[in-house]
Amino acid sequence: MSNSDTIVRTAHTATAVLETVGVDKSFGGVDAVRDVDFSLAAGEIRALVGENGAGKSTLVKVLTGVYPPDAGEIYFEGEPVTFSRPLDAQHVGISTVYQEVNLVPLLSVARNIFLGREPRGRLGLVDVDEMNDRARAITSRFAIDLDVTEELGRLGLGAQQMVALARAVSVESRVVIMDEPTSSLEAREVATLFEVARNLRDEGVGLVFVSHRLDELWQLCDSVTILRDGRNVHSGAMADLDRLTLVSMMLGRDVDEVVEHGATEFGDSHLQGRDPVLSVSDVEVRNRLHGVTFDVRPGEVVGLAGLLGSGRSETVKAVYGALHSQSGSVEVAGRRIKPNSVRGALRASVAMLSEDRKAEGIISDLSVRDNIALAVLSRCSRAGFVSESAIDRLVETFVRRLQIKVSSPRQKVRELSGGNQQKVLLARWLCTEPTVLLLDEPTRGIDVGAKSEVQALIDELAEQGLGVVLISSEMEELVEGADRIVVLRDGHVEGELDGATLSSSELLAALAGDIATADALAQEHADG
Amino acid sequence: MADAGPARVPTLEAIDEKFGPPEPTDQPSGYFRRMVDADWLRRNGVYATLALLIGVNVVITDNFVSSNTLRLQLVQVAPVLIVALGMALVIGTEGIDLSVGATIALAAAIIPLYIGYGAPGAIGLALFAGVVTGSVAGLLVAGIGVQPIVATLGIMVAGRGVANLLGGEIKSIRDPAIVSLGTDSVAGVPYVVVIAGAVSLVVWGVVRHSTYGRQLVAIGGNKRAAELAGLPVKRVLATTYVVSGVLAALAGVLLAARSRASDPTKIGLLMELAAITAVVVGGTPLSGGQVRIVGTIAGALLIQLIGATLIAHDIPDSTAQMVQAVIVVAAVYVQLGVRRANR
Repeated sequence: MSNSDTIVRTAHTATAVLETVGVDKSFGGVDAVRDVDFSLAAGEIRALVGENGAGKSTLVKVLTGVYPPDAGEIYFEGEPVTFSRPLDAQHVGISTVYQEVNLVPLLSVARNIFLGREPRGRLGLVDVDEMNDRARAITSRFAIDLDVTEELGRLGLGAQQMVALARAVSVESRVVIMDEPTSSLEAREVATLFEVARNLRDEGVGLVFVSHRLDELWQLCDSVTILRDGRNVHSGAMADLDRLTLVSMMLGRDVDEVVEHGATEFGDSHLQGRDPVLSVSDVEVRNRLHGVTFDVRPGEVVGLAGLLGSGRSETVKAVYGALHSQSGSVEVAGRRIKPNSVRGALRASVAMLSEDRKAEGIISDLSVRDNIALAVLSRCSRAGFVSESAIDRLVETFVRRLQIKVSSPRQKVRELSGGNQQKVLLARWLCTEPTVLLLDEPTRGIDVGAKSEVQALIDELAEQGLGVVLISSEMEELVEGADRIVVLRDGHVEGELDGATLSSSELLAALAGDIATADALAQEHADG
Repeated sequence: MADAGPARVPTLEAIDEKFGPPEPTDQPSGYFRRMVDADWLRRNGVYATLALLIGVNVVITDNFVSSNTLRLQLVQVAPVLIVALGMALVIGTEGIDLSVGATIALAAAIIPLYIGYGAPGAIGLALFAGVVTGSVAGLLVAGIGVQPIVATLGIMVAGRGVANLLGGEIKSIRDPAIVSLGTDSVAGVPYVVVIAGAVSLVVWGVVRHSTYGRQLVAIGGNKRAAELAGLPVKRVLATTYVVSGVLAALAGVLLAARSRASDPTKIGLLMELAAITAVVVGGTPLSGGQVRIVGTIAGALLIQLIGATLIAHDIPDSTAQMVQAVIVVAAVYVQLGVRRANR
């Protein structure tokens, strides 16, 4: 890998169709990508991978002219280029296929393929027959079976993506960047999409493929570039990497480097009783979750682990009724709760702390007090009027219990630090006296002090007999905080870690879907 | 160890034992203190301007300080204020209600048509028209998810059409009870003003202390967060449009009673603009999450007084409209300034 790096450094090779050297891009003083060398050869499909915030989308946007880089050069077919807007990149021959199709849904397939370059007949009018014929020729090359006169919006998402690809072909792109094209496609549509991508590669087009589905990388890609914290940490052939290595590079963990104990405030297990307080069975959410099943017992902290796109947040949202599920059931203390209803979940004393504090949590214009009391407003009301004294009592209790630092409960919540805002939200949910608490990244983006307080609180709540589901991107937090970890991958439960198998190295292996390694590690544990 | 069960709210004694007395911090930093001025302007600008305008009028306008002038101004502003109060609630949910003018026309058209049932019956039916238009708006916005501006624009056009169909031409109103409602006073205060005052008080109390009012403000502030906290978002949204409809219908009844006539093509025209202006000038942001009732009252008075001042000095109506436009732009600008400072 260092080999290929030096090559890139010294000269842009003749085969490279798109290349960056030392690209920097920062936003408000925070580096999004830093000193990134990236090289894409003609006739190559290169995977671009990394976790949240690794800089993938920033790099894609630099490559497609959305952001100008702060420093560094971009070469297209060996020539230095500067893109001041996305159109510049399109003109030289770089096309992008996004997850969201950026075409015109009300126009026909053929119109979309030739948008802006329609074949003209007499009087400068669009020659519809000619256009349709040429569109048919292009789509048939990729074995896409569709009517080119149909409105684009009437097609399935997969077919729309295929049209976007067909457009890329018809403008004779040299580079096609596919940004998570498969995340909302059915398996059959994915297969067709890959077929088209391979055809393009065989015609000498260079393709960049961004996806969270690890399996797809080995199915489709020839080479891979791994980004972490805005840097290129690895470039090389796909076949040279196994899943475990890829994932540990993405997460920046060496298997032996992980701190095993004492990094968090979690105590020992408080598991009580055998009957689950929460049973989730066969929850299906279209294109997101496929039959997710797990139990949580009273006093138990169950961790949900998985890479980006594995369906962790979707799972707790579906349990809470905030994400529409097609089938499956959720039982709380043996009683099935009303599906797809947040109010039903709350009534069954389930509460969920969302990972998105700003968009789904705080109401920034309201006071700390009103934010805390939000979920119990009706409970603190009589005859349609709010009992201020009841609210004052609750708010005082939780402000002191959670050590929320405020000048007064009437202070606006937006004036608080992230850690205190998070405590306000925890207080909101604890007011509802939950028996099941779903915590999605409860310590993300908060300061160290608040973090250990939140961890200690989770521990204490489990001790009180709550069933807790904990999502965290931090391996230490999961390994030390959870009594059991349910590993998700591509929307299904991949496995469970508990007891002896509950360690960072095994979690890493399980995240990579490397069952053989996980089993070997388990065996080692059993032997040692 | 505690039994498995819900997380019970701990007692204060237990907390003190564990953590000691509370220590308040997270004071507003210098950054927040600096934006107090812009915020002060948004909160109190309308009162300052109103006071200034009253002061100017005391000096330059003849007979300004008289009970007759005062009474006339209040009678004229009452219907606008009643509509603006409903509008303030709708805007608080991050919505808008353009259908109020049509609802006024509909209510006014119903009065002469159904006066045969007696004044209470006719008024009841007129108010019911507000329930109907409000329900349609609420259904479209909360149930189907149509954008408020689109939904209420449709009702604005269709509602006036129906009013014209019902009312046809100008009809005069002679029923003594209704005429008295529009012209008589109690203890020197016109009924119309008494009603507007009572409605203001009720709406203020609802916003401050009712469960519905608190839910409304929360939903306007962050709809998704309110949904996730289990608030009845659709019910609150729908209710708000019904309230706005009923208040508009009430304004229609009072307008018809005062003019002793109902002209469905003219009555309530541009009322939506007057009401929105009063709300925005009063400091309620169009982005929702706040409802300022006292500010709305001051906003309505300010708009009324600007018009009256210009008329008293023989400045044409068209100029008054332009002045109104400048004030709205200024009010929105002040709000934007505050928002930007908050980023």
